[in-house]
Amino acid sequence: MLRIEGLHTFYGSIEALRGVDLEVSSGEIVALIGANGAGKSTLLMTICGQPHAARGQVRFGDDDITRWPTHEIIAAGIAQAPEGRRIFARMSVLENLLMGATSADPQHFESDLTRVFTLFPILKERRDQRGGTLSGGEQQMLAIARALMSRPRLLLLDEPSLGLAPMVVKQIFRVIQEINEQQRVTVFLVEQNAFHALRLAHRGYVLVNGRVTMTGTGRELLANPDIRAAYLEGGH
Amino acid sequence: MSGARLFGPAWLTEGVKEALLQALVALILAVPLIGLKTVQEPGGLGLQTRWPAVAIAVACVFVGRLLLVIARHIWPPRPKAAHSPVVAARIRRFVRLLGPATIAFALLLPFLPFADRYVLDVSILVLTYVMLGWGLNIVVGLAGLLDLGYVAFYAVGAYSYALFAANFGLSFWACLPIAGALAATFGILLGFPVLRLRGDYLAIVTLGFGEMIRVILINWSSLTNGPRGISGIPRPDFFGVPFNPSPAPDASAFHTLFGIAYSPIQRVIFLYYLILVLALLTNLFTLRIRKLPVGRAWEALREDEIACRSLGINPTNTKLTAFAIGAMFAGFAGSFFATRQGFISPESFTFLESAIILAIVVLGGMGSQVGIVIAAIVLIGGPELVRELEEYRMLAFGGLMVLIMVWRPRGLLAFREPTIRLADFDRTARARSEPAATVP
Ligand SMILES: Nc1ncnc2c1ncn2[C@@H]1O[C@H](COP(=O)(O)OP(=O)(O)OP(=O)(O)O)[C@@H](O)[C@H]1O
Ligand SMILES: [Mg+2]
Repeated sequence: MLRIEGLHTFYGSIEALRGVDLEVSSGEIVALIGANGAGKSTLLMTICGQPHAARGQVRFGDDDITRWPTHEIIAAGIAQAPEGRRIFARMSVLENLLMGATSADPQHFESDLTRVFTLFPILKERRDQRGGTLSGGEQQMLAIARALMSRPRLLLLDEPSLGLAPMVVKQIFRVIQEINEQQRVTVFLVEQNAFHALRLAHRGYVLVNGRVTMTGTGRELLANPDIRAAYLEGGH
Repeated sequence: MSGARLFGPAWLTEGVKEALLQALVALILAVPLIGLKTVQEPGGLGLQTRWPAVAIAVACVFVGRLLLVIARHIWPPRPKAAHSPVVAARIRRFVRLLGPATIAFALLLPFLPFADRYVLDVSILVLTYVMLGWGLNIVVGLAGLLDLGYVAFYAVGAYSYALFAANFGLSFWACLPIAGALAATFGILLGFPVLRLRGDYLAIVTLGFGEMIRVILINWSSLTNGPRGISGIPRPDFFGVPFNPSPAPDASAFHTLFGIAYSPIQRVIFLYYLILVLALLTNLFTLRIRKLPVGRAWEALREDEIACRSLGINPTNTKLTAFAIGAMFAGFAGSFFATRQGFISPESFTFLESAIILAIVVLGGMGSQVGIVIAAIVLIGGPELVRELEEYRMLAFGGLMVLIMVWRPRGLLAFREPTIRLADFDRTARARSEPAATVP
């Protein structure tokens, strides 16, 4: 469904991605792990065309979307819950969700709303509250729900567990699984929380300094001694 | 501690210390600002000192601060709790009633006993600024694009009315859409180069743009008659019927049409209603568009541009529509200004105008329609009321602005009504089926 080949992305003269190859098949949950500054967020942003890649290719379905403008990529069926949630602070929960539905067909709005309210009942309770006054966990749920409102086929999540208590992390990961299994949305997920991410994911990639250094099923990666040493020791 | 007790309670000692410190600051400032005065002397400029005045100023600061400390001790400020939902709901209900009440008052104003020529003139002025405030609010309050050159579009509207009416004899109603369209075009022209800028940087470029338009108006003499301005701009007529004390025998005038006696105030009342209608149109438009995808995209853009992009909103189109529509309303207001004054020159479109309009939006509470009305009344009507203060007028004006900002740092009415609630599902579903942000 998503195929990335030889992707290079620059910020000025900094080369953040140095030839990334990676694939996400329809129906999968794929996790991308890596240290701070490895280029994980950059990869997700490049998929959305912001910034555009300098070299290489991003294919989504049958389309080469490498040079497409962002709004067309989103309209094609990719949604992203960006790093740091980026909730519209002064707008209500409901308005945030409405903004998420910008590129979706309006006739589905109501059913989509019911769908995300079933996934995150707390959001229904808080629907008229201002986004900025939600707790961190609620904001993360809102960010995911907002991304789902565009009815994506591929959902990109950038560190959904960032700054959340273990209980809330569990809840978020359970919902991600539900979204994947029941709603048939393919999920490509960036995580620092490698343990949870690899347990949840069907497959995983490890990004080091802008290059993929390792790949395998979630279980394989979890069992790999190098990965254990680099990303799993000292916690979990 | 024991030392403090010698002079009285600890809070008082603290207060005296604080007051002394402030008096020192006042002293440092007052010596050059108040203490020294240049005077003409036979050999050139000489310096005169005014130490008593400095002493008075410093003493005022010291005593004032001390009184403030004592007052705070006697009436301690209550800790600021968030508004309880009940209070917030009450305020909302009050504001919601305030809108219609104000409109009703505005509609009746010309027929109230105290509404003489002077009151109407001031009201027209206030309404012009209300309209400009509402227009700028689209750009600054909703879309969050800090525009310091808004007066440029006002100027474009005024000059396009003046030129089209004078050169082609077009009527006000024919010129209005032209002026709006031209101003909107200039809005897009400004929008393109500043698409990537935000905040301070955007403010600087828009400031430059406003000045550019003014300088062009001054220097393009063949078109604009330069600094001398354009005079003899056609006055408004009542949908084709002129306000004319002595019409030709076979022509009609406003008073003959209605079979009433001629009075010069009829034209003023007409102007009043004209600007009232234009302003209300601006308001209605804003209220409506806030609930449409474009309007929501503006507000989302103000909150977080990166999030907007990742949701598939096209920031380019969204910003350009905000600039264009905001500019269009300034263009309408400019036409009105031109027809009301009968004379325009670049003098009328200085940076100060932009600053006042922006102050109205900010004091009103960035995005609050009612707040803007109150702010316009305070900032435009206020100086008229305190005319007797003469040279202290601007001082009072500045002091008032400082006070408002101290008392309500986020503007007079800073809360924001959500544009959708669960109850209006069906309505929104229909509204959303209209096209998303597009450049007109
Ligand atoms: N806008 C930018 N301008 C310049 N350099 C950038 C920019 N964004 C990211 N970088 C650099 O690109 C590299 C990769 O950053 P990226 O945000 O993709 O890392 P990450 O893997 O997401 O890290 P983290 O886990 O800390 O979020 C870093 O060295 C970063 O400094
Ligand atoms: Mg990151």
